[in-house]
Parts: sequence; structure tokens; C-alpha cells
Amino acid sequence: MRTNEKSRASATLVTPASAPVRRTPAPPAERMIDAPPFPENVKNYINNEQLRANMRHATHTIRAKRSAVAAELPNWEELRTAAEDIKNHTARHLDYYLEQLEANLIKNGAQVHWASDAAEANRIVIALVQAKGVDEVVKIKSMVTQEIELNEALEAAGIAAWETDLAELIVQLGHDRPSNILVPAIHRNRDEVREIFLREMKLYGKAAPEDLDNDPKNLAAAARLHLREKFLRAKVALSGSNFCVADNGTLVIVESEGNGRMCLTLPETLISVTGIEKLVPTIADLEVVLQLLPRSSTGERMNPYTSMWTGVTPGDGPQEVHVVLVDNGRSKVLADTTGREVLRCIRCAACMHACPIYERVGGHPYGSVYPGPIGSALTPQLRGFNSAIDKSLPFACSLCGACAEVCPVKIPLPDILVYLRHRVVEEKKRGHLGLEQTLIGFFGWVMSKGRRFGRFGTMAGLARRVLGKEYLRSLPSLGKRWTASRDLRMPPKSSYRKLWKKRARRKGGA
Amino acid sequence: MMGRQEVLDKVRAALVDVVAQEQDSALAPALGRGRSIAPHPAMTESIGASQAPAQDTPPQWEYGQPTAVHDVAELFIDRVVDYKATVERAATEAEIPALVARMLASAGALTCALPAGLDAAWIADGAAAGVQMRWDDPPLSKEELNTISAVVTAASSGMAETGTIVLDHRADQGRRILSLLPDTHVCVIRADQIVTDVPEAMARQEASLRAGLPITWISGPSATSDIELSRVEGVHGPRNLYVIVVG
Ligand code: SF4
Repeated sequence: MRTNEKSRASATLVTPASAPVRRTPAPPAERMIDAPPFPENVKNYINNEQLRANMRHATHTIRAKRSAVAAELPNWEELRTAAEDIKNHTARHLDYYLEQLEANLIKNGAQVHWASDAAEANRIVIALVQAKGVDEVVKIKSMVTQEIELNEALEAAGIAAWETDLAELIVQLGHDRPSNILVPAIHRNRDEVREIFLREMKLYGKAAPEDLDNDPKNLAAAARLHLREKFLRAKVALSGSNFCVADNGTLVIVESEGNGRMCLTLPETLISVTGIEKLVPTIADLEVVLQLLPRSSTGERMNPYTSMWTGVTPGDGPQEVHVVLVDNGRSKVLADTTGREVLRCIRCAACMHACPIYERVGGHPYGSVYPGPIGSALTPQLRGFNSAIDKSLPFACSLCGACAEVCPVKIPLPDILVYLRHRVVEEKKRGHLGLEQTLIGFFGWVMSKGRRFGRFGTMAGLARRVLGKEYLRSLPSLGKRWTASRDLRMPPKSSYRKLWKKRARRKGGA
Repeated sequence: MMGRQEVLDKVRAALVDVVAQEQDSALAPALGRGRSIAPHPAMTESIGASQAPAQDTPPQWEYGQPTAVHDVAELFIDRVVDYKATVERAATEAEIPALVARMLASAGALTCALPAGLDAAWIADGAAAGVQMRWDDPPLSKEELNTISAVVTAASSGMAETGTIVLDHRADQGRRILSLLPDTHVCVIRADQIVTDVPEAMARQEASLRAGLPITWISGPSATSDIELSRVEGVHGPRNLYVIVVG
């Protein structure tokens, strides 16, 4: 299975020596799934003091804004519960709502395509672009297209995909990977952005002004000019979607900069690639999720722009509209009655910004386009528990619970991570001692580098949090080894246990 | 089409526990779901799939409810100003032309795009002051629009709590591209179009969406915080947003 995936992926990813020069800046050569286990991977990034400072600033700022605007709504908890209910209901009847969405899209002039994995999705998109006879597309930031590595597949087919979100542009021109869902270039400071723009823009389009300084306002203006030319020229745009409304065939995109509106409006053809978990049943359901998303993600009452469109609008915007529904492991996640709760995720990034580990290490060490708590809970389920990084991700967590408190769709992330630790152990019994030791060493090290974590107390207490009670119980030999060598007076974590019991009662409720 | 069957098969296989639960449960038949569980009327015959799902996890939520806002227009104005937009209140429609002209002048606009269905009276003063008015009839090309400095549109509704303008792109608001390429957007909204918050506004937009109209929500000028989280107003969308609240 793994070898299959690997050879298929490398067939699309690796540019043969004879291939023509690239159209777009090359991203890092190594594949994310080949990353070393999380604790080791962290060491590749944690010594970057700039990154650590940026991450601390970013997480603390966004965290504060989020809690202020969430507190503004007296019915915030009711909204979260409603969103949980809506998304659970949709997932339980996903086959019905997918067919309903498809029928309504077709009725409104859109063409619908289905892809069971990344390779199939990429093939579909490439064929659609080639059918238009063009060799470039403009693109709105989209997590699922990053997940299926669409840009590189397009590049291999001779098609240039231009990222138009400012942060994604910085990442693309910097031959880099995003470190965050919401602020993908948070690991770059203004001087680095200026350097990247001056060096790279002229290679791929309109050059940055020679006297460009490091003022974010001027950097944004340079991006505006560089991209305006591409927007006006592009015949095809690629997007994801934040929500797809089954009962009307409406797709929704929330954004800040207007690059999304450009892509959704100017080109003649629009191809929207969307995960099958993005559905909500009705137009009315949007009132719930569109209140939760902006407040949870950027901490704004509302993001600057939200676009909704229903297939083709005669005389307005793209007259050829495609929607590609992508599974790529989601049905596998859906089959797990505990793990499926992650499919409620609306990709707001609040869990990341709340996470003390993420704050210290940034997004890159997670070896996935989805970092932070949701990344650790989603990535191994999507990709399988085969790679070193995927086996380590459920342990990249101190079980402090901050993520579950802020999640707008109430995903019990710590519970799911503990559950996934079981799955890792089950799926590969041998080797767990080595893993456990590395992890304990790792947390001591991370925390000593960052601010002190007083509440963790002893290393044993930390290990307990890291490994989880259930994990210890399920590994008697490991427990014995521990009790033999250490004084295990770990204070009971009553709140956490309560959570766990509640979970057990609710089992299969997603 | 192979992909379709494969995805649906995998999804159905993943949901065996749900099917089993429903067969166990006496609740199986459709219970209805708030005001909106019933499939869209056009759906029932066209899909040939399972019936509308039973509401097994009914959301504890009342849709479309207003929030407690004392003065929606005033709150709307406060919130739009928060986004660094310029807002003026007109007591009557008669004040619109002068305000539009003043806003176009303050933005330094020399040319202005107009949706085909805009009230021509609104732009009379601006035209008299020398701003070159370009009606989108016949439709302006994107290259032309890219050289035009401003646009004046009406609105479809507004949300007070979030300071959001809603366009459903009818004739008085114009095609989506019209309010996108020019760098200055002057938007005229009637006070009675403003509702409290997202739920009330969503309920109003439902008819537009059902009619296939696209919708754009605008909450302040375009913005980014992508570089060191420092907020910059204006990236790709209009960098200047002017709003006139009438009544
Ligand atoms: S898991 Fe929850 S908090 Fe994290 S990104 Fe998804 S919706 Fe947001």
C-alpha cells in the first residue's frame, strides 16, 4: 500500500532530468510524508529564533482576538453546538447530501467530477485545464489542493499554477512550504519577504519595484501589481471551497484580500476542488458556520469578503464551472466511529493558535499541510499510520485541552489523539518503547527551551499527560517498567478523565 | 464516472453503523428538521437516491432569529467605520447625489463605472463635477474596468453586528467584476435594508440564492495581515470603501 502510494506520487512529483525548465518556483524537494518522526523533525526547525518569535507573536495575538470576538456573542456555545449537530448530521448521511449537491450543481449549469484519491483528482483537473488549451491558472489558497499536491502535478503537466493569496505567494516565490493554515508565511519577516519579492517576482511576471522597502503596505502593493496582470490574463481559475450547500448547489469562499473574488469572477472557467466533508445541508445552515468561522480563525467579526455562487450565472463571472469532489481518505476516516469526528473541521486554525506545542515549533515539523492539533488528529487518519511522521503525530500533544475549548465545531481533539495513540500501538506493537522514550525526551527539551510549563510538574507527570492513562494501561509491560524505575505519583487528571468517560458514553455519536 | 461510484460506495460502506442504528431505532422515518430539512422541491424526483435523511441529530438551533440590537443603522455604521471605511448618513434620497459626488472627489476618481440598473439621479452631481461616467451597458470589458477608478452601486442588504454589506448583483448592483476591479467602491444602502446579524440576513438572501444569483459579502475594504500580522488595508479588492446609509 505504502509503496504503491509512493511510486504513484513520485511519478507525478519528480521532474525527469530531460524535462523542460519549470514554470513556477520549485518547492522543497523532500516529500512531507517522508519527514522523520515529529520529535526529530522539530529539531530541524526549533533553533530558528525568528520563527519562534514570530510564532509566539502570531499565536498570542490571534488567540486574544478570537476570545474577544467569541465572547461578544451571547449564544457562542449554542452556535458551537448547532455547528456540531449540523456537521454530524451531514456526515451521517453524506451519501445522500453528496448526490443532492451533485444534482443541484448540474441543474445550475455546473459540471461535477468525483475523485477517489489525489492522483485521480489531479488527473481530472489537468485534463480540464488542458481542454481549455491554456498553460497557466490562477489559484485561491486551498487546503485540499495542497493536500493532493495539485500545483506540482500541474507543473509536471506543463501548467503553471499561480498562488494569489499574499501569504501563499510569499511561500511559492520563496520555494517554501506554508507553516500555518491561516497565515501561511508567518515564519517569514518583512525583510525576508522584500528579498523574496525582489529576487523572484521578475522571474515569473511583473517585477517588484526596484526601490521596494520592507513596509508591509508597499510589499502588499507590489503583490497587487504582480498579480493584477495574472488575474486579467488568466482563462482558468482553481479554488477550493469553505462550504458546499447540498440543497441548492451553492459554494462558499471566505477570504480577506479580494484575490478570491478575482479568481471567482474574472476567468472564463472555474474549477473548484473540494473535500467531500465540506457539505452543509441547507442555505440556512450557513448562518451558523459563517458566524463561527471568521470569529474563530482571524478573530474578526466578519472577514472582508465572502463569495457565494451557484453553478453558472449567465452574464456574470465564469461561464464554465466545474466542481471536483475529492475523497482521498475521507471515507476511510468516516468509517472510524471515533476518528470521524475530525471531519467536522472547518479549518479555522483556532486549535493551532491555542496549542502550546504548535506555538513553540510552528507548522513545518508536523510533516503535513495540516499542522497543529487538527493536523495530528487528521493527517495519520487520512494517510494511514505507515510513515514515521504519521505514527508520531498523535503523540505531538500534551493533552492540555486548550484546542478542544476553542474548536467551533467541538471536536474533542485530545480524546481523539489518545484514541489514535492506541491505533498506532495496535498497528505496530514493536518499537513503542523507543518512541515513548524519544517523546519524553522531546517534551522536556521543547519546554525547557520555551517558557516553563509549571503545570506539568515532574517529568513523570508530563509523560503521563503525553502518553495518556489509557495508553499506559494498555501496555502493562511498559507500565511495569515505569513503576519499577520511577516513583509514579501522578496526580489524577480528573477533568480529563471526565472527558474521556463522556466520550465513551457518546461513542459512535458523530 | 468510475470515481463517482467508488466514492459513494466507500462513503456508504463507512456508514454501516448509522444504517444499523436507524434500523434499530423507531425514529427512522423523517422527522423534519427545523424549517429546512425537506429537500429542495426540485430534488425529489431528480436524484433517485435515498429519501431525505431522518433528523437523527436535530440541531438545537432556531434559524433566522434577529439579535437584540437597539438601533441597527447606527450599529452598522459603527462597525463599518471600524473596518476603516468612510460612512455618511443621508436623511433622504435627495442627499445621495451630493454625497456621491463628494466621495468620488475625495477618492480622486476621474472615471466611474455604473451598473446598468443604477438610479441615474444618484450620479448627476458627480457627472456635473466632471467625473466621466461609464455605464456597464453594453458590458465593459475587464481591461476597460481595470482602468476605471471608481464604481457606485446599490446594495441588497446589510448586517449590523458585523458591519457587512450584502450584494446579490441585481441590476442596481451590477456584475461581480464591477465592484471588484475599480479601486474605490461607493455603496448606497437604505437603512431599512439593514438587519441585525447573519441569521436574519441569510434568511433574506435565501431567495436570491435559490434564483441562482451570486452573493458577495463586503466587510470593509480588502485587507491582509499576512506579513508579520501587520494589517494592511487594500490588497486586490477596492482599497477605498465609501458607504452611504439612507434614511
Ligand atoms: S479542529 Fe476545530 S479548531 Fe481546529 S481547525 Fe478544525 S474547526 Fe478549527
